[in-house]
Amino acid sequence: MATAVGEHPVSVRGLRKSYGDWHAVQGLDLDIHQGEVFALLGPNGAGKTTTVEILEGVRQRTGGDVRVLGCDPAEDRREWRARIGVVPQTTGAYSDLTVREVVEHFAAFYPNPLPVGQVIDMVGLAKHEKKQSADLSGGQARRLDVAVGIVGDPDLIFLDEPTTGLDPVARREAWDLVRYFSERGRTTVLTTHYLDEAEALAQRAAVIVAGRVVQCGPLAEFGGRSQTPTTVSFRIPPELAGRTLPPLPPGAEPAPVGVDGVLRIATYAPTALLAALVPWAHQAGVGELPELRVHRPTLEDVYLDLIREHADGTDRGTDTTQSITPEAGKR
Amino acid sequence: MTLTQPTATTAPGTGGHAAATPRRAGRLPGIWRAGAARSKVELWAFFRNKQSLVFTLMFPVILLVVFGSIFSGKVAGTDTDVKLVFMAGIIAAGVMSTAFSGLAINIAIERDTGTVRRLAMTPMPKSAYFVGKLVRVIVTTALETVLLIGIALALFGLPLPSTPERWFTLGWDLALGTVACAMAGAAYSALIPNSRSAAAIVTPVFMVLQFISGVFFPFGQLPAWMQTVAAFFPVKWMAQGFRSVFLPDSFTVVEPAGNWELGHIAMVLTAWSLAGLLLTAFSFRWRGPRVR
Repeated sequence: MATAVGEHPVSVRGLRKSYGDWHAVQGLDLDIHQGEVFALLGPNGAGKTTTVEILEGVRQRTGGDVRVLGCDPAEDRREWRARIGVVPQTTGAYSDLTVREVVEHFAAFYPNPLPVGQVIDMVGLAKHEKKQSADLSGGQARRLDVAVGIVGDPDLIFLDEPTTGLDPVARREAWDLVRYFSERGRTTVLTTHYLDEAEALAQRAAVIVAGRVVQCGPLAEFGGRSQTPTTVSFRIPPELAGRTLPPLPPGAEPAPVGVDGVLRIATYAPTALLAALVPWAHQAGVGELPELRVHRPTLEDVYLDLIREHADGTDRGTDTTQSITPEAGKR
Repeated sequence: MTLTQPTATTAPGTGGHAAATPRRAGRLPGIWRAGAARSKVELWAFFRNKQSLVFTLMFPVILLVVFGSIFSGKVAGTDTDVKLVFMAGIIAAGVMSTAFSGLAINIAIERDTGTVRRLAMTPMPKSAYFVGKLVRVIVTTALETVLLIGIALALFGLPLPSTPERWFTLGWDLALGTVACAMAGAAYSALIPNSRSAAAIVTPVFMVLQFISGVFFPFGQLPAWMQTVAAFFPVKWMAQGFRSVFLPDSFTVVEPAGNWELGHIAMVLTAWSLAGLLLTAFSFRWRGPRVR
């Protein structure tokens, strides 16, 4: 039953899921490592939830190899279920039971549940534990979903958009919860649309577009983020209009100024660039460059580029045996 | 001011990878513990839900009080009160209300709200769900029957079964009828697409079967084709069994077969139980209709 030494908690090779002619997932490869928080990113309809539901053993796959905690999820074994925690995308309704009763009820199905009071506390529902679950607000109901998903103290947790509908404070509490399990050495698979959430919680991520992984790796190096130039920008004040730029550090490339009157210079040496720009502006009597910004590429920039880049080749209506995009399957 | 570099930078979540908290050994709760947990919430949910209390439990009681006050006179060709025939019939209708309608609507709602799907994601033995439903149905049907017989006894002079044999028939007719209706209800719930339409899809069956099965009108007076149709469904047989419990044997002159047909009743109700079980086994969807 236990995962073999060296085996990843989640290992997927060539996963396919088709509905007639529609290929929701077409040849997806994925390895999720022990103890990490792994983010699954991608636009709506990319196949994220389908993939996660196959991993959870909730949906049957059309083809490919899937191992989750050393088992095929399709077997749906009870011992295996006891080690999996699921927070599905849709909020559940538990009619006529209080918050505490719902959590106690689900705890009764697991061999080693977490203490019910602790779970309710962790999801921030301690004040509402005697409240009828039907009377909870949307955000509170979402927290109850999370409580139900984690009460079995799972080794592997699937969180499908867990913070959708939560206010910023509740979101941070949900993040703390993810970190709590991470610190206990548990593995988390997080599906999210919030890139700041992925950045704050996950060590590695995959971007799924049109049923394929187009990018997978540590978030810090995502999409060659470490190799993408920084942009320094400021609005050109009247004093500087028409003046020639000073000599710039090698590799710095000013973009043509648009109607917004903002000068943008891409560079790998933003500090050296500023060291050249500041005395130059001073000479012209400009002490403050208006709207000066040093912009390093964010995960969002990288992500949007990826989505744009792979927007073509999303034809999923025909059977393609080989990848259209060279990035697919690259890890 | 001097700038200092942070000494220990920790990447998110890298805190304790090496020190995974060891698992305690624990046994996976089996059918008894899981079934008990399910049964507990089933009963809580039933008695806290005003809709199920009124619609499922009180509806037959209201019918009993209303029609019990209206009906008078003797059944043609017998010395038996119409009211008595109706009271025996309404007990069968009560079983159908709690075991068939109540259960079918309840399962449809739980499927629609995601409860069924959510339970399927836990290590709960799948059978525990049905154990819980059976406990719900048995408790509510027993309560319904006691309520109906009690009110009929107090208000409309229903005589208690006169012999041990009649008490025995009451017991097995009630038990078999409950199981047959519950199995049919669980299978029928597969036809209900969402919780909003549940009552609309279940109630017509409940009402029509009552009318054609001899609950409101003496069965022998119904058109022959209607009797034939009704004979395919359990309510007719259940009601006939309850008539054999509460009515004098002389009433059999207007029964279609000329006797109570107790063997037939047991056979049809058992057949419905088995057929419902098979249909449920094939049609029950844990993941909701969308999931393939």
